[in-house]
Amino acid sequence: MIRLFKVKEKQKELAENANGGVPIKKQTAGELRLHKDISELNLPKSCTISFPDGKDNLMNFEVSIRPDEGYYLGGTFLFSFQVSPIYPHEAPKVKCKTKVYHPNIDLEGNVCLNILREDWKPVLNINTIIYGLYHLFTEPNYEDPLNHDAAAVLRDNPKMFESNVRRAMAGGLDSVYGLDNYALSVLNVHTCA
Amino acid sequence: MSHSTVQPSRSRDLDKLLLRPGNLVAPTFEPGTQLRDDLQEYVRILVVGAGGLGCELLKDLALSGFKNLEVIDMDRIEVSNLNRQFLFRLEDVGKPKAEVAAKRVMERVSGVNIVPHFCRIEDKELDFYNDFSIIVLGLDSIEARSYINAVACSFLEYDSDDNPREETIKPMVDGGTEGFKGHARVIMPGVTPCFECTIWLFPPQVKFPLCTLAETPRTPPHCIEYAHLIKWDEVHSGKDFDPDDPEHMTWVYTEAVKRAELFGIQGVTYSLTQGVVKNIIPAIASTNAIISAACALETLKIASGCSKTLSNYLTYNGVEGLHIKVTEFVKDKDCLVCGPGVLIELDTSVTLQKFIDMLEEHPKLFLSKASVTHLGKNLYMQAPPVLEEMTRSNLSLPLFELMGKVPKDVVHVTGITSQNDSKRSCLRKLRVVFKAIDGVTDMDMAGGA
Ligand SMILES: [Zn+2]
Repeated sequence: MIRLFKVKEKQKELAENANGGVPIKKQTAGELRLHKDISELNLPKSCTISFPDGKDNLMNFEVSIRPDEGYYLGGTFLFSFQVSPIYPHEAPKVKCKTKVYHPNIDLEGNVCLNILREDWKPVLNINTIIYGLYHLFTEPNYEDPLNHDAAAVLRDNPKMFESNVRRAMAGGLDSVYGLDNYALSVLNVHTCA
Repeated sequence: MSHSTVQPSRSRDLDKLLLRPGNLVAPTFEPGTQLRDDLQEYVRILVVGAGGLGCELLKDLALSGFKNLEVIDMDRIEVSNLNRQFLFRLEDVGKPKAEVAAKRVMERVSGVNIVPHFCRIEDKELDFYNDFSIIVLGLDSIEARSYINAVACSFLEYDSDDNPREETIKPMVDGGTEGFKGHARVIMPGVTPCFECTIWLFPPQVKFPLCTLAETPRTPPHCIEYAHLIKWDEVHSGKDFDPDDPEHMTWVYTEAVKRAELFGIQGVTYSLTQGVVKNIIPAIASTNAIISAACALETLKIASGCSKTLSNYLTYNGVEGLHIKVTEFVKDKDCLVCGPGVLIELDTSVTLQKFIDMLEEHPKLFLSKASVTHLGKNLYMQAPPVLEEMTRSNLSLPLFELMGKVPKDVVHVTGITSQNDSKRSCLRKLRVVFKAIDGVTDMDMAGGA
C-alpha cells in the first residue's frame, strides 16, 4: 500500500531529474536475452552473421551458411532471423532467402526444423538454431518433407538427388524442375493439392 | 471521524469502506471524507485494453468511485465482439473500441471522466504512463503485458541498500481470461514479482511442425495453419498476411476448407480459422465479469489502503466445478526488469575498457569477457567479430560519455562468471552511479546531453 497522491509531486521531480532530457528507449527482457545470445555466439567457420540494421538492432539479422561437406558443399545459403520481443518465450522466425532444392526447405523459404516450432524451449538459443540449420545441409532428411519432390528423390534415388542439388546450385532451381520430368510431375501433383 | 456526520451520499456503500477505521487496513490508511474526495480528485487510472475485460473494468472502476480514467486500445469493434463486450452496439462496428467504451460509460455513470486513446501502447511516451497512479491491464497478449510491465518497472528506483523507493513504485493490476479460466494479480514492482519474474506461468503456444502441415494434416487446425503459413506465401509472394484484414482471413478460410476436403477432414469454420490464426480462445462473459470485479477491488484497495491487497496471484477455474486459489509467488531477485541489479559507483573518467576490467574483480560479479548494453545501444560486444569490430572504438571512451552524461542509469552486461571454480555465462543488471557530479549544474547536464 502506498501513499499515492502525497508522493505525486516528488515523483514528478524525480522523473524530471532522472534522465536530463535524454530520449529513453526501453529494452525488453527479450532484447536483453538476445543480446546475451549474440554476444556469446560461437559459430562454425562456415557460418557468418550480419546485421542489416546496424549494431543496435539485433532483432533482425541474417546468417549465411556455407556447408563444408555433403550434398550442398560449395553452396551459400542465406537465412533471415526475426526475433520477437518476448524471446525466448517464442522461437525466432527463420526463413531461407536462397532458393534451394532441399527436402526440408520449401520454395518459399519455409524451414522444417523441429526446434524452430514444436520443440522450441527457452533454454535453447540462437547458436543452437544456427547449428540446427547447418545440420540440415549436411544431413537432409526425407522423413520431414516440406519439398515433397526433393524428399521423394532423396529417398528413392540419392544419386539423382545429388545431381539435382548440383544442378540447382549451379543454375538455379528452374534447371532442376525444367529438366527433371519425374520431379516436375511430382511437384505438379503436390502443388495442385 | 464519526460516520454519523457524513452527508447521505451516492457512494453510500463505498463509504462503509472508506470512512471507517478497520483492522486489516494499510498503515497509511486515513479514513474519512477527505480520503474519498482525494480518491476522486487525484487518483488517475489507466485501463490498458478495451475488449471483453476492458469494458468490464471501465464500468467497475467508474462504479467504484474513480473519476479520472483513461483507456488505451488500438482495435476497432467487430461484430463477433458484441456477445460479451457489452458497451458496444451493432451500429458501433468499425469504430475504435476505446472511444465507444469511454463514451458509453460516461453516459451511464455521472461525474466520471474517461479519456480514450485509440493507438498502440508503444505509441505513447514513457511520461504518459508515469502520470497514472495505477495501471490496470485487460489484455490478451503476452507481448503487450511484457511491454507495459517493462514500462512500469522502468520508473522503479532503488536506494543504496537495494530497497525500492516507495515513490517510484508504479502499481499494476493485471487481469486475464481464457474461456472458463482467469487470473487477477497485483504487481508492485520491486515488492511483488513482476510479469517477467513469472513469465513461465504462461505456457508456450502450441506450434505444429511445418512438415506435418505440408504432408500429413490430421486436424482442422492443421489445415488452417497450412493455408496461413505455407499456402499464403506460395500465392502472395512478398505480401505479409494481416490477421486483422477480413479479406485475408477469408482467403485463408477458403484455402483451409479446400485442404480439409482433400484430406477428408471435417470441422473447418471461419471462426475456428480466426481462432487458430490469432490464437484466440473463446471468451466467456461471466469469466470476464468475475476477473474484472477482482481487479477493480484490488485497484480500490491499492489506491485507498482500505484493506490488504491480494497477495499476489489469484487463479479462477470454472471448467469443472469452481476453483479459486491465491498463490503468493516470489520475486526473482535477479530479475532483469524489476530487480535492483548490482550497484556500481564510478568516476566520470572511467573508460569502457576500465569498466569491463573492473567487473572481473567485482566481488558480486567476477564477470569476465563482458559485453555491455545501455538502453538499446550496444556499447561493446565480445562477439560476433562483425559487432566486436563495430564497437571496439568505444573501449577507449569514458562510460559516462557513452551513457549520454546522465548521473546514473541501468546498464546490462553479459559474460562469464566464475564462482566456486565453476564458470557459467550470465546476464546481469547493473546500476551505474557516477561520482563527483553532484556539483554539476542542470545547465551543464543539459549542455552535455
Ligand atoms: Zn521481475
